[in-house]
Amino acid sequence: MSNERELTMAKAIAEAISQEMERDQHVFVMGEDVGVYGGIFGATQGLLSKFGPERIMDTPISETAFIGAATGAAAEGMRPIVELMFVDFFGVCMDQIYNHLAKNTYMSGGNLHLPVVLTTAIGGGYGDAAQHSQCLYSVFAHTPGLKIVVPSTAYDAKGLMIEAIRDDNPVMYFFHKGLMGLGWMRYPERSVNVVPERSYTIPFGKADVKRPGTDITIVCLAMMVHCALDAAEKLSKEGIEAEVIDLRTLVPLDREAVIASIKKTHKLLVVDEDYLGFGLSGEIAAIAADEAFEYLDAPVKRLAVPNVPIPYSQPLEQFVIPSVEAIAEAARSLAR
Amino acid sequence: MPFQKKEFPDKFAALSKEDKVGLLRTMVRIRAFESRVEELFLNRRIPGFVHLYIGEEAIASGVMANLSKNDWITSTHRGHGHAIAKGAQIHRMMAELFGKTTGYCKGKGGSMHIADFSVGMLGANGVVGGGYNIAVGAGMSSMIKKTDQVAVCFFGDGASNRGTFHEAMNIASVWKLPVIFVNENNQWASTTPTSFATSVARIADRAKGYGMEGYTVDGNNVIEVYNAAAALVEAARKGKGPALLECLTYRIKGHYVGDPEKYRTKEEVQKHFTENDPIIRYADWMKGKGLIDDAALATMKAEAEKEVADGEKFAEDSPLPEKEDAYNDLFSFSPSEFPEVVK
Ligand SMILES: Cc1ncc(C[n+]2csc(CCOP(=O)(O)OP(=O)(O)O)c2C)c(N)n1
Repeated sequence: MSNERELTMAKAIAEAISQEMERDQHVFVMGEDVGVYGGIFGATQGLLSKFGPERIMDTPISETAFIGAATGAAAEGMRPIVELMFVDFFGVCMDQIYNHLAKNTYMSGGNLHLPVVLTTAIGGGYGDAAQHSQCLYSVFAHTPGLKIVVPSTAYDAKGLMIEAIRDDNPVMYFFHKGLMGLGWMRYPERSVNVVPERSYTIPFGKADVKRPGTDITIVCLAMMVHCALDAAEKLSKEGIEAEVIDLRTLVPLDREAVIASIKKTHKLLVVDEDYLGFGLSGEIAAIAADEAFEYLDAPVKRLAVPNVPIPYSQPLEQFVIPSVEAIAEAARSLAR
Repeated sequence: MPFQKKEFPDKFAALSKEDKVGLLRTMVRIRAFESRVEELFLNRRIPGFVHLYIGEEAIASGVMANLSKNDWITSTHRGHGHAIAKGAQIHRMMAELFGKTTGYCKGKGGSMHIADFSVGMLGANGVVGGGYNIAVGAGMSSMIKKTDQVAVCFFGDGASNRGTFHEAMNIASVWKLPVIFVNENNQWASTTPTSFATSVARIADRAKGYGMEGYTVDGNNVIEVYNAAAALVEAARKGKGPALLECLTYRIKGHYVGDPEKYRTKEEVQKHFTENDPIIRYADWMKGKGLIDDAALATMKAEAEKEVADGEKFAEDSPLPEKEDAYNDLFSFSPSEFPEVVK
């Protein structure tokens, strides 16, 4: 029975970190409110009492300092996990991420290894306005030198976190607030699933077909996986079978999975909670155009946040973030 | 919390009775607003996160009484009190929290971004430490245009550990800008105590590193805050440059409404509230001086509660935005004039 237990994504992440900290003394955690509080979104809950304040370090509100310090500590053989509370705050420490963490391995001609995991919370839908609701993983995927992980379920979250910690490169690990299984925020039941107690890894660059289908391919990640699955259930009743592909990592990106699915369904819809312009949806559309053009029976459709900051007011926010209904409608118009 | 006191000239003594009562009224109005907002949030009438100013009212009230509408402030995530003290109207603030078109930001901002730009607010801020340099820029405009306007930047103890603090303080000092940096040291930065995260016992001491004057006052004593701000604002107006004013206070409520507050005891909080409520302290002082009596205080509170209730009604009756409104306000012209907005 014990390996049949279900966990929330937050608990799965915390368990992954805990197991790796037991396995490897070099792993430690830094971030704001990661200690007693266990992380504002629960990613480090229970770790302080297990590992003490020397390895679970609350920090001052000094993101430049502690994210920069992760790079230095990693260069000297540590394996830091650092939390940037909301991805929206990346601007205050972007130089440390973009010009140092991401580039130092390359600029050193491969002489430097930087096993840093930078975790951060993403996503909107709960009225937290423009500085606390973005996804922005495309900004970091655009930056050469960072691996990009964006899980959608507890099972994936644990395996991907262990893989991230063991990776010798900088990995950015984005968890969606609405998937963490927090008491105060609604979350999809599916995000809570069976998580083995043993330690396991999920390789990067392997998308997961969350639902097989024959009529249309929906490529997505994080919260949009759940919205797409809900939409797929509706569509199924109408005789449209959607295949839902969860990318799970953006860098490396599983192009083959996208292309294979297009070859099967001949229709592609990309759904993204990040901005529409210059981002993930454009990248996937370009891959389809470059490598699967002759298999497409219709133009690629993209559904994402229009290029406006996330507004606070509920009707506005619900309008800009792709909804189950909007996904279903876009899929219908493609499948017709 | 011991600190070295500086005696500022007692400008407060020269205030009219009306102005002295006005200071109390501002505090009472902030308290009434915040108390209702807390209830509304707990009743799920307001989404997102809300950070309350309860217990810190003397700082905004005492500082803002020295500013005119032409002076600027930059606010924080805990900014409702700053807005009210600067002259924002409660009904439009409430409408913003309800996400209505009649709100100060037409529903685009919400709690952390409420600001009335017409009374000299240069925005609240959801990014900790985001306000320093905006205040610096406002100070620059005053210097370049040769006006006597002053910019006041409110920031928390936690925010004093941001890198932007260093750059702003240095530049304000070398350029002798009319900027007052008002630190609201409420002894907590979300879940960690100030002493845990801050290299100095007194944030005012950091001013020395920038060749700037730095003072600490009892931030729950509105008279002390008023007198300190009066002296520093006047000096800045006369071109004497920036200053740092640390106001010691205590965050009575959780970091945000709903915070389980695992990191401190209820007794600690209660002790601060019963012994050091800035409103009770000032009201008692006024009563002692015969400036107000219990009946007048009760009337003042009732009026504030009515103003908040009326504001809530206004907010409720106001329309929600149309979804297409999401495309407006990105640039200083409408999207029809800018077809490149990616939809
Ligand atoms: C750059 C940045 N880092 C972290 C946060 C998350 N955060 C919001 S408020 C807060 C604590 C702020 O403490 P302080 O400046 O003392 O202000 P207080 O909340 O006590 O009024 C934190 C960590 C943020 N909004 N911005």
